[in-house]
Amino acid sequence: MKYLEDVVTLRYQAEACTGCGRCLEVCPRGVFVRSNGKVALTDPALCMECGACMSNCPEGALTVRAGVGCAAAVLNGLLRGGEPSCDCSGDSGSSNCCG
Amino acid sequence: MSDVLWVPKKTAPPWADGFQETPAGRIPRVAVAWGKAEQRGRRLCRWSNAFRMSYTVDPGLYAAGNPSPESPVLVTANYKLSFDLLRRELPGIDAWILVLDTKGINVWCAAGKGTFGTGELLRRLQSVKLAEVVSHRRLVLPQLGAPGVQAHVVKQESGFAVDYGPVRAEDLPAYLRAGRKATPEMRAVRFGWKDRLELTPMELLPALRRYPWLLLGLFLLFGLQPQGILFRPALAGGWSFALLGLAAILTGSFLVPLFLPCVPFRSFALKGWLAGAVLTGAFLALRWGALSGNLFLVVLAAAFFPAASSYLALMFTGTTVYTGLSGVQKEMRFALPLYIAALAVTAACAVLAVLRYWGLL
Ligand code: SF4
Ligand code: SF4
Repeated sequence: MKYLEDVVTLRYQAEACTGCGRCLEVCPRGVFVRSNGKVALTDPALCMECGACMSNCPEGALTVRAGVGCAAAVLNGLLRGGEPSCDCSGDSGSSNCCG
Repeated sequence: MSDVLWVPKKTAPPWADGFQETPAGRIPRVAVAWGKAEQRGRRLCRWSNAFRMSYTVDPGLYAAGNPSPESPVLVTANYKLSFDLLRRELPGIDAWILVLDTKGINVWCAAGKGTFGTGELLRRLQSVKLAEVVSHRRLVLPQLGAPGVQAHVVKQESGFAVDYGPVRAEDLPAYLRAGRKATPEMRAVRFGWKDRLELTPMELLPALRRYPWLLLGLFLLFGLQPQGILFRPALAGGWSFALLGLAAILTGSFLVPLFLPCVPFRSFALKGWLAGAVLTGAFLALRWGALSGNLFLVVLAAAFFPAASSYLALMFTGTTVYTGLSGVQKEMRFALPLYIAALAVTAACAVLAVLRYWGLL
Protein backbone atom coordinates (compact mmCIF):
# COMPACT_ATOMS: atom_id res chain seq x y z
CA MET A 1 0.00 0.00 0.00
CA LYS A 2 1.17 3.48 -0.78
CA TYR A 3 0.24 6.82 0.69
CA LEU A 4 0.13 10.22 -1.05
CA GLU A 5 2.48 11.01 -3.95
CA ASP A 6 4.89 13.95 -4.00
CA VAL A 7 4.84 14.85 -0.34
CA VAL A 8 7.74 12.82 0.99
CA THR A 9 10.68 14.87 2.30
CA LEU A 10 13.36 12.19 1.91
CA ARG A 11 16.57 13.45 0.20
CA TYR A 12 19.57 11.35 -0.78
CA GLN A 13 22.97 12.82 -1.59
CA ALA A 14 24.81 10.23 -3.65
CA GLU A 15 28.15 12.09 -3.35
CA ALA A 16 28.26 11.46 0.40
CA CYS A 17 27.21 7.81 0.21
CA THR A 18 29.84 5.11 0.73
CA GLY A 19 27.49 2.23 0.04
CA CYS A 20 27.74 0.82 3.57
CA GLY A 21 24.24 -0.62 3.26
CA ARG A 22 22.96 0.54 6.64
CA CYS A 23 19.90 2.23 5.12
CA LEU A 24 18.87 -1.03 3.43
CA GLU A 25 19.06 -2.70 6.82
CA VAL A 26 16.88 -0.20 8.70
CA CYS A 27 14.24 0.89 6.18
CA PRO A 28 10.94 -0.90 6.91
CA ARG A 29 9.45 0.17 3.58
CA GLY A 30 11.99 -1.13 1.07
CA VAL A 31 12.84 2.34 -0.21
CA PHE A 32 16.51 1.56 -0.96
CA VAL A 33 18.24 -0.83 -3.36
CA ARG A 34 21.91 -1.32 -4.07
CA SER A 35 23.15 0.36 -7.21
CA ASN A 36 26.73 0.67 -8.48
CA GLY A 37 28.36 0.46 -5.07
CA LYS A 38 25.96 3.05 -3.69
CA VAL A 39 22.20 3.00 -3.22
CA ALA A 40 19.21 4.18 -5.22
CA LEU A 41 15.63 4.96 -4.21
CA THR A 42 12.99 2.57 -5.52
CA ASP A 43 9.93 4.74 -4.99
CA PRO A 44 10.08 7.68 -2.58
CA ALA A 45 6.28 7.56 -2.13
CA LEU A 46 6.81 4.34 -0.13
CA CYS A 47 8.71 6.28 2.53
CA MET A 48 6.81 6.85 5.79
CA GLU A 49 9.31 9.39 7.12
CA CYS A 50 10.29 7.35 10.14
CA GLY A 51 13.81 8.75 10.11
CA ALA A 52 15.59 5.42 10.62
CA CYS A 53 17.80 5.85 7.57
CA MET A 54 18.77 9.38 8.48
CA SER A 55 19.77 8.59 12.06
CA ASN A 56 21.76 5.52 11.04
CA CYS A 57 23.55 6.77 7.93
CA PRO A 58 27.12 7.31 9.11
CA GLU A 59 27.85 9.73 6.26
CA GLY A 60 24.86 12.02 6.66
CA ALA A 61 23.84 11.24 3.09
CA LEU A 62 20.15 10.96 3.96
CA THR A 63 17.82 13.61 5.30
CA VAL A 64 14.12 13.44 5.98
CA ARG A 65 11.72 15.42 8.12
CA ALA A 66 11.03 12.60 10.51
CA GLY A 67 7.85 12.41 12.51
CA VAL A 68 4.72 10.46 13.25
CA GLY A 69 2.24 10.08 10.42
CA CYS A 70 -0.64 10.27 12.83
CA ALA A 71 -3.60 12.58 12.30
CA ALA A 72 -4.32 12.90 16.01
CA ALA A 73 -0.76 14.06 16.62
CA VAL A 74 -0.89 16.52 13.72
CA LEU A 75 -4.20 17.89 14.98
CA ASN A 76 -2.74 18.23 18.49
CA GLY A 77 0.12 20.24 17.05
CA LEU A 78 -2.21 22.47 15.04
CA LEU A 79 -4.53 23.17 17.96
CA ARG A 80 -1.72 23.84 20.43
CA GLY A 81 0.37 25.68 17.89
CA GLY A 82 3.43 23.47 18.26
CA GLU A 83 5.03 20.48 16.65
CA PRO A 84 2.88 17.43 15.98
CA SER A 85 2.91 15.63 19.27
CA CYS A 86 1.96 12.09 19.98
CA ASP A 87 0.00 11.76 23.18
CA CYS A 88 -0.86 8.14 22.95
CA SER A 89 1.90 6.84 25.11
CA GLY A 90 0.90 3.29 24.65
CA ASP A 91 0.44 1.65 21.35
CA SER A 92 -1.06 -1.07 19.56
CA GLY A 93 0.74 -4.11 20.79
CA SER A 94 0.13 -5.51 17.39
CA SER A 95 2.23 -7.98 15.55
CA ASN A 96 3.76 -4.99 13.78
CA CYS A 97 5.29 -3.72 16.95
CA CYS A 98 7.20 -6.82 17.89
CA GLY A 99 9.50 -5.11 20.31
CA MET B 1 10.63 3.27 36.20
CA SER B 2 12.99 4.53 38.83
CA ASP B 3 16.26 6.25 38.13
CA VAL B 4 18.13 3.47 39.85
CA LEU B 5 19.58 1.76 36.84
CA TRP B 6 19.62 -1.80 38.02
CA VAL B 7 18.72 -3.35 41.33
CA PRO B 8 19.06 -7.12 41.43
CA LYS B 9 15.83 -8.53 42.81
CA LYS B 10 15.85 -11.20 45.53
CA THR B 11 12.62 -12.80 44.44
CA ALA B 12 12.09 -13.88 40.88
CA PRO B 13 9.23 -12.29 38.94
CA PRO B 14 6.38 -14.72 38.14
CA TRP B 15 7.52 -15.10 34.54
CA ALA B 16 11.06 -16.08 35.52
CA ASP B 17 12.19 -19.63 36.15
CA GLY B 18 15.31 -18.95 38.14
CA PHE B 19 18.44 -16.87 38.23
CA GLN B 20 21.73 -16.78 36.45
CA GLU B 21 25.02 -15.65 37.96
CA THR B 22 27.00 -13.22 35.86
CA PRO B 23 30.21 -11.28 36.49
CA ALA B 24 27.94 -8.31 37.01
CA GLY B 25 25.60 -9.99 39.49
CA ARG B 26 22.62 -12.29 39.62
CA ILE B 27 19.99 -11.78 36.95
CA PRO B 28 16.56 -13.41 36.39
CA ARG B 29 16.26 -16.18 33.83
CA VAL B 30 13.05 -15.75 31.86
CA ALA B 31 10.62 -18.54 31.13
CA VAL B 32 10.09 -18.70 27.39
CA ALA B 33 6.63 -20.23 27.46
CA TRP B 34 3.57 -18.03 27.78
CA GLY B 35 1.09 -18.71 30.54
CA LYS B 36 -2.44 -17.46 31.11
CA ALA B 37 -1.15 -14.14 32.44
CA GLU B 38 0.66 -13.35 29.18
CA GLN B 39 -2.37 -14.24 27.05
CA ARG B 40 -4.59 -12.11 29.20
CA GLY B 41 -2.11 -9.24 29.18
CA ARG B 42 -1.94 -9.26 25.42
CA ARG B 43 -5.72 -9.14 25.10
CA LEU B 44 -6.06 -6.33 27.62
CA CYS B 45 -3.37 -4.29 25.86
CA ARG B 46 -5.52 -4.21 22.78
CA TRP B 47 -8.63 -3.03 24.57
CA SER B 48 -7.54 -0.83 27.42
CA ASN B 49 -5.29 2.22 27.28
CA ALA B 50 -4.90 2.38 31.02
CA PHE B 51 -3.78 -1.24 31.26
CA ARG B 52 -1.41 -0.92 28.31
CA MET B 53 0.31 2.11 29.74
CA SER B 54 1.13 0.40 33.01
CA TYR B 55 2.18 -2.94 31.53
CA THR B 56 5.91 -2.82 32.13
CA VAL B 57 8.92 -4.89 33.05
CA ASP B 58 12.00 -3.63 34.91
CA PRO B 59 14.79 -2.41 32.63
CA GLY B 60 18.01 -4.38 32.89
CA LEU B 61 19.64 -7.62 31.83
CA TYR B 62 17.88 -11.00 31.68
CA ALA B 63 18.92 -14.48 30.64
CA ALA B 64 17.06 -16.76 28.23
CA GLY B 65 18.14 -20.40 28.32
CA ASN B 66 21.72 -20.81 29.50
CA PRO B 67 23.59 -17.96 27.87
CA SER B 68 27.40 -18.00 27.78
CA PRO B 69 29.74 -15.07 27.17
CA GLU B 70 29.47 -15.84 23.46
CA SER B 71 25.65 -15.74 23.34
CA PRO B 72 23.86 -13.00 21.42
CA VAL B 73 22.47 -9.94 23.17
CA LEU B 74 18.90 -9.06 22.17
CA VAL B 75 17.75 -5.54 23.00
CA THR B 76 14.10 -4.62 23.60
CA ALA B 77 11.79 -2.13 25.30
CA ASN B 78 10.34 -2.36 28.80
CA TYR B 79 6.78 -2.57 27.52
CA LYS B 80 5.80 -5.97 28.89
CA LEU B 81 4.14 -7.08 25.67
CA SER B 82 7.28 -6.31 23.63
CA PHE B 83 9.28 -8.31 26.15
CA ASP B 84 6.78 -11.20 26.13
CA LEU B 85 6.63 -11.34 22.33
CA LEU B 86 10.41 -11.56 22.28
CA ARG B 87 10.88 -14.24 24.94
CA ARG B 88 8.12 -16.37 23.42
CA GLU B 89 10.32 -16.82 20.34
CA LEU B 90 13.31 -18.05 22.29
CA PRO B 91 12.74 -21.75 23.13
CA GLY B 92 16.05 -23.51 22.54
CA ILE B 93 17.95 -20.25 22.13
CA ASP B 94 20.54 -19.15 24.67
CA ALA B 95 20.64 -15.38 24.72
CA TRP B 96 20.91 -12.28 26.85
CA ILE B 97 17.98 -9.90 26.83
CA LEU B 98 18.77 -6.25 27.46
CA VAL B 99 15.65 -4.28 28.36
CA LEU B 100 15.86 -0.52 27.87
CA ASP B 101 13.80 1.92 29.89
CA THR B 102 11.27 3.21 27.35
CA LYS B 103 8.72 4.25 29.99
CA GLY B 104 6.64 1.19 29.18
CA ILE B 105 6.23 2.09 25.53
CA ASN B 106 6.81 -0.30 22.63
CA VAL B 107 9.94 -0.17 20.53
CA TRP B 108 8.48 1.62 17.50
CA CYS B 109 6.73 4.43 19.35
CA ALA B 110 9.60 4.79 21.82
CA ALA B 111 12.10 5.04 18.95
CA GLY B 112 9.98 7.84 17.49
CA LYS B 113 10.13 9.67 20.81
CA GLY B 114 13.81 8.90 21.26
CA THR B 115 13.39 6.97 24.53
CA PHE B 116 14.43 3.80 22.72
CA GLY B 117 17.60 5.54 21.66
CA THR B 118 21.35 5.91 21.61
CA GLY B 119 21.53 7.63 25.01
CA GLU B 120 19.47 5.10 26.92
CA LEU B 121 21.25 2.20 25.21
CA LEU B 122 24.69 3.52 26.16
CA ARG B 123 23.59 4.11 29.77
CA ARG B 124 22.06 0.65 30.03
CA LEU B 125 25.16 -1.07 28.60
CA GLN B 126 27.14 0.58 31.37
CA SER B 127 24.74 -0.13 34.19
CA VAL B 128 24.46 -3.87 33.50
CA LYS B 129 28.23 -4.06 32.80
CA LEU B 130 27.56 -5.86 29.56
CA ALA B 131 31.19 -5.63 28.52
CA GLU B 132 32.03 -7.92 31.47
CA VAL B 133 29.15 -10.30 30.87
CA VAL B 134 29.85 -11.07 27.21
CA SER B 135 33.12 -11.56 25.40
CA HIS B 136 31.92 -10.32 22.00
CA ARG B 137 30.96 -6.76 21.07
CA ARG B 138 27.74 -7.09 19.10
CA LEU B 139 24.11 -6.26 19.84
CA VAL B 140 20.91 -7.24 18.08
CA LEU B 141 18.39 -4.40 18.08
CA PRO B 142 14.86 -4.65 16.72
CA GLN B 143 14.74 -2.96 13.34
CA LEU B 144 11.81 -0.80 14.37
CA GLY B 145 14.03 0.75 17.04
CA ALA B 146 16.32 2.20 14.37
CA PRO B 147 14.68 5.67 14.16
CA GLY B 148 15.84 6.39 17.71
CA VAL B 149 19.33 4.92 17.41
CA GLN B 150 22.50 6.00 15.67
CA ALA B 151 24.31 2.71 15.23
CA HIS B 152 27.64 4.33 14.36
CA VAL B 153 27.54 6.47 17.51
CA VAL B 154 26.79 3.42 19.68
CA LYS B 155 29.84 1.72 18.18
CA GLN B 156 32.05 4.75 18.71
CA GLU B 157 30.98 5.29 22.30
CA SER B 158 30.72 1.73 23.59
CA GLY B 159 32.58 -0.48 21.16
CA PHE B 160 29.41 -2.51 20.60
CA ALA B 161 28.40 -2.95 16.96
CA VAL B 162 24.68 -2.82 16.24
CA ASP B 163 22.95 -5.40 14.05
CA TYR B 164 19.34 -4.65 13.31
CA GLY B 165 17.25 -7.79 13.62
CA PRO B 166 13.93 -8.39 11.91
CA VAL B 167 10.86 -6.18 12.30
CA ARG B 168 8.88 -8.96 13.99
CA ALA B 169 10.09 -11.07 16.92
CA GLU B 170 8.68 -14.19 15.27
CA ASP B 171 11.42 -14.00 12.62
CA LEU B 172 14.21 -13.74 15.18
CA PRO B 173 15.10 -17.46 15.39
CA ALA B 174 15.39 -17.69 11.60
CA TYR B 175 17.43 -14.49 11.54
CA LEU B 176 19.86 -15.82 14.15
CA ARG B 177 20.11 -19.23 12.45
CA ALA B 178 20.93 -17.54 9.16
CA GLY B 179 23.91 -15.83 10.80
CA ARG B 180 22.10 -12.55 11.39
CA LYS B 181 20.79 -12.24 7.88
CA ALA B 182 17.27 -10.91 7.34
CA THR B 183 15.25 -11.55 4.22
CA PRO B 184 13.50 -8.55 2.60
CA GLU B 185 10.20 -9.86 4.05
CA MET B 186 11.65 -9.79 7.57
CA ARG B 187 12.71 -6.18 6.99
CA ALA B 188 9.32 -4.88 5.85
CA VAL B 189 6.41 -3.77 8.02
CA ARG B 190 3.25 -5.69 7.26
CA PHE B 191 -0.25 -4.33 7.20
CA GLY B 192 -2.47 -7.14 5.96
CA TRP B 193 -6.06 -8.03 6.79
CA LYS B 194 -5.22 -9.70 10.04
CA ASP B 195 -3.02 -6.83 11.22
CA ARG B 196 -5.71 -4.30 10.41
CA LEU B 197 -8.42 -6.34 12.08
CA GLU B 198 -6.32 -6.55 15.25
CA LEU B 199 -5.74 -2.81 15.24
CA THR B 200 -9.27 -1.53 14.65
CA PRO B 201 -10.38 -1.70 18.32
CA MET B 202 -7.78 0.99 19.00
CA GLU B 203 -9.77 3.42 16.88
CA LEU B 204 -13.26 2.07 17.32
CA LEU B 205 -13.38 2.18 21.12
CA PRO B 206 -12.54 5.87 21.58
CA ALA B 207 -14.98 6.74 18.79
CA LEU B 208 -17.77 4.77 20.47
CA ARG B 209 -17.05 6.53 23.73
CA ARG B 210 -18.11 9.76 22.06
CA TYR B 211 -21.35 8.27 20.77
CA PRO B 212 -23.42 9.36 23.82
CA TRP B 213 -22.73 13.00 22.87
CA LEU B 214 -24.25 12.37 19.48
CA LEU B 215 -27.28 10.79 21.16
CA LEU B 216 -27.63 13.82 23.39
CA GLY B 217 -27.50 16.11 20.36
CA LEU B 218 -30.14 14.08 18.56
CA PHE B 219 -32.30 14.02 21.66
CA LEU B 220 -32.25 17.80 21.77
CA LEU B 221 -32.73 18.14 18.02
CA PHE B 222 -35.83 15.98 17.92
CA GLY B 223 -37.14 16.39 21.44
CA LEU B 224 -37.02 20.16 21.75
CA GLN B 225 -40.63 21.25 21.39
CA PRO B 226 -42.33 24.53 22.21
CA GLN B 227 -43.69 22.80 25.35
CA GLY B 228 -40.22 21.70 26.52
CA ILE B 229 -38.09 18.65 25.88
CA LEU B 230 -40.38 15.74 25.07
CA PHE B 231 -39.26 12.14 25.13
CA ARG B 232 -41.74 10.68 22.66
CA PRO B 233 -40.94 12.85 19.64
CA ALA B 234 -37.25 12.59 20.48
CA LEU B 235 -37.48 8.84 20.17
CA ALA B 236 -39.80 8.83 17.16
CA GLY B 237 -37.67 11.27 15.16
CA GLY B 238 -34.23 10.43 16.52
CA TRP B 239 -33.94 6.66 16.37
CA SER B 240 -33.05 6.46 12.69
CA PHE B 241 -30.42 9.19 13.02
CA ALA B 242 -29.02 7.42 16.06
CA LEU B 243 -28.60 4.26 13.99
CA LEU B 244 -27.06 6.25 11.16
CA GLY B 245 -24.60 7.77 13.61
CA LEU B 246 -23.58 4.34 14.86
CA ALA B 247 -23.18 3.13 11.28
CA ALA B 248 -21.08 6.19 10.41
CA ILE B 249 -18.75 5.44 13.32
CA LEU B 250 -18.44 1.79 12.31
CA THR B 251 -17.78 2.87 8.73
CA GLY B 252 -15.03 5.33 9.58
CA SER B 253 -13.32 3.42 12.38
CA PHE B 254 -13.83 -0.17 11.37
CA LEU B 255 -14.95 -0.81 7.78
CA VAL B 256 -12.68 1.68 6.02
CA PRO B 257 -9.60 0.57 8.00
CA LEU B 258 -10.43 -3.10 7.43
CA PHE B 259 -11.09 -2.73 3.69
CA LEU B 260 -8.40 -0.08 3.30
CA PRO B 261 -6.89 -1.25 0.01
CA CYS B 262 -10.35 -1.75 -1.57
CA VAL B 263 -11.69 1.73 -0.81
CA PRO B 264 -10.83 4.20 -3.60
CA PHE B 265 -8.37 7.10 -3.09
CA ARG B 266 -5.09 7.16 -1.19
CA SER B 267 -6.19 9.95 1.11
CA PHE B 268 -7.75 8.60 4.31
CA ALA B 269 -10.04 11.61 4.63
CA LEU B 270 -11.40 10.98 1.14
CA LYS B 271 -11.76 7.24 1.73
CA GLY B 272 -13.77 7.92 4.86
CA TRP B 273 -15.86 10.63 3.28
CA LEU B 274 -16.73 8.45 0.29
CA ALA B 275 -17.76 5.52 2.47
CA GLY B 276 -19.77 7.82 4.75
CA ALA B 277 -21.44 9.45 1.75
CA VAL B 278 -22.51 6.07 0.34
CA LEU B 279 -23.91 5.14 3.73
CA THR B 280 -25.73 8.45 4.18
CA GLY B 281 -27.06 8.32 0.61
CA ALA B 282 -28.53 4.89 1.23
CA PHE B 283 -30.04 6.10 4.49
CA LEU B 284 -31.64 9.15 2.88
CA ALA B 285 -33.07 7.03 0.07
CA LEU B 286 -34.59 4.62 2.60
CA ARG B 287 -36.01 7.29 4.84
CA TRP B 288 -37.00 9.76 2.16
CA GLY B 289 -40.69 9.47 2.98
CA ALA B 290 -40.15 10.54 6.57
CA LEU B 291 -37.56 13.22 5.85
CA SER B 292 -38.74 14.97 2.73
CA GLY B 293 -41.06 17.13 4.81
CA ASN B 294 -38.06 18.75 6.52
CA LEU B 295 -35.25 19.23 4.04
CA PHE B 296 -33.04 20.84 6.70
CA LEU B 297 -32.68 17.37 8.23
CA VAL B 298 -31.59 16.02 4.85
CA VAL B 299 -28.90 18.68 4.48
CA LEU B 300 -27.82 18.11 8.08
CA ALA B 301 -27.38 14.38 7.50
CA ALA B 302 -25.53 14.95 4.24
CA ALA B 303 -23.14 17.42 5.89
CA PHE B 304 -22.51 15.69 9.18
CA PHE B 305 -22.31 11.93 8.74
CA PRO B 306 -19.90 11.67 5.78
CA ALA B 307 -17.66 14.22 7.53
CA ALA B 308 -17.76 12.15 10.71
CA SER B 309 -16.72 8.98 8.86
CA SER B 310 -14.02 10.94 7.09
CA TYR B 311 -12.60 12.30 10.35
CA LEU B 312 -12.55 8.86 11.96
CA ALA B 313 -10.87 7.28 8.94
CA LEU B 314 -8.25 10.03 8.96
CA MET B 315 -7.52 9.23 12.61
CA PHE B 316 -6.62 5.70 11.57
CA THR B 317 -3.39 7.09 10.07
CA GLY B 318 -2.08 6.92 13.65
CA THR B 319 -2.39 3.17 13.58
CA THR B 320 -1.17 2.42 10.07
CA VAL B 321 2.41 1.60 9.27
CA TYR B 322 2.82 3.43 5.99
CA THR B 323 1.52 6.98 6.42
CA GLY B 324 4.16 9.67 6.80
CA LEU B 325 3.99 13.01 8.57
CA SER B 326 4.04 15.14 5.40
CA GLY B 327 1.11 13.29 3.86
CA VAL B 328 -0.99 13.50 7.01
CA GLN B 329 -0.26 17.21 7.31
CA LYS B 330 -1.32 17.75 3.75
CA GLU B 331 -4.58 15.88 4.35
CA MET B 332 -5.21 17.81 7.53
CA ARG B 333 -4.70 21.16 5.81
CA PHE B 334 -7.43 20.28 3.33
CA ALA B 335 -9.75 18.40 5.60
CA LEU B 336 -9.82 20.49 8.75
CA PRO B 337 -11.51 23.58 7.19
CA LEU B 338 -14.04 21.26 5.56
CA TYR B 339 -14.81 19.54 8.87
CA ILE B 340 -15.33 22.92 10.48
CA ALA B 341 -17.60 23.97 7.60
CA ALA B 342 -19.55 20.71 7.92
CA LEU B 343 -20.05 21.35 11.63
CA ALA B 344 -21.23 24.90 10.93
CA VAL B 345 -23.74 23.65 8.34
CA THR B 346 -24.86 20.96 10.78
CA ALA B 347 -25.47 23.48 13.55
CA ALA B 348 -27.30 25.88 11.24
CA CYS B 349 -29.50 23.11 9.85
CA ALA B 350 -30.28 21.84 13.33
CA VAL B 351 -31.60 25.26 14.34
CA LEU B 352 -33.55 25.65 11.09
CA ALA B 353 -34.97 22.12 11.36
CA VAL B 354 -36.27 22.82 14.86
CA LEU B 355 -37.86 26.10 13.73
CA ARG B 356 -39.41 24.16 10.89
CA TYR B 357 -41.10 21.62 13.24
CA TRP B 358 -42.42 24.43 15.28
CA GLY B 359 -44.04 25.84 12.18
CA LEU B 360 -42.02 29.04 12.36
CA LEU B 361 -40.45 28.48 8.93
S1 SF4 C 1 23.50 4.42 5.06
FE1 SF4 C 1 24.22 6.28 4.06
S2 SF4 C 1 26.29 5.81 3.40
FE2 SF4 C 1 25.35 3.86 3.93
S3 SF4 C 1 24.53 3.11 1.96
FE3 SF4 C 1 22.87 4.24 2.93
S4 SF4 C 1 23.06 6.34 2.17
FE4 SF4 C 1 24.98 5.30 1.69
S1 SF4 D 1 12.52 7.59 6.55
FE1 SF4 D 1 12.06 5.47 7.13
S2 SF4 D 1 10.66 4.75 5.55
FE2 SF4 D 1 11.62 6.60 4.74
S3 SF4 D 1 13.35 5.86 3.60
FE3 SF4 D 1 14.12 6.33 5.63
S4 SF4 D 1 13.98 4.40 6.72
FE4 SF4 D 1 12.73 4.17 4.88
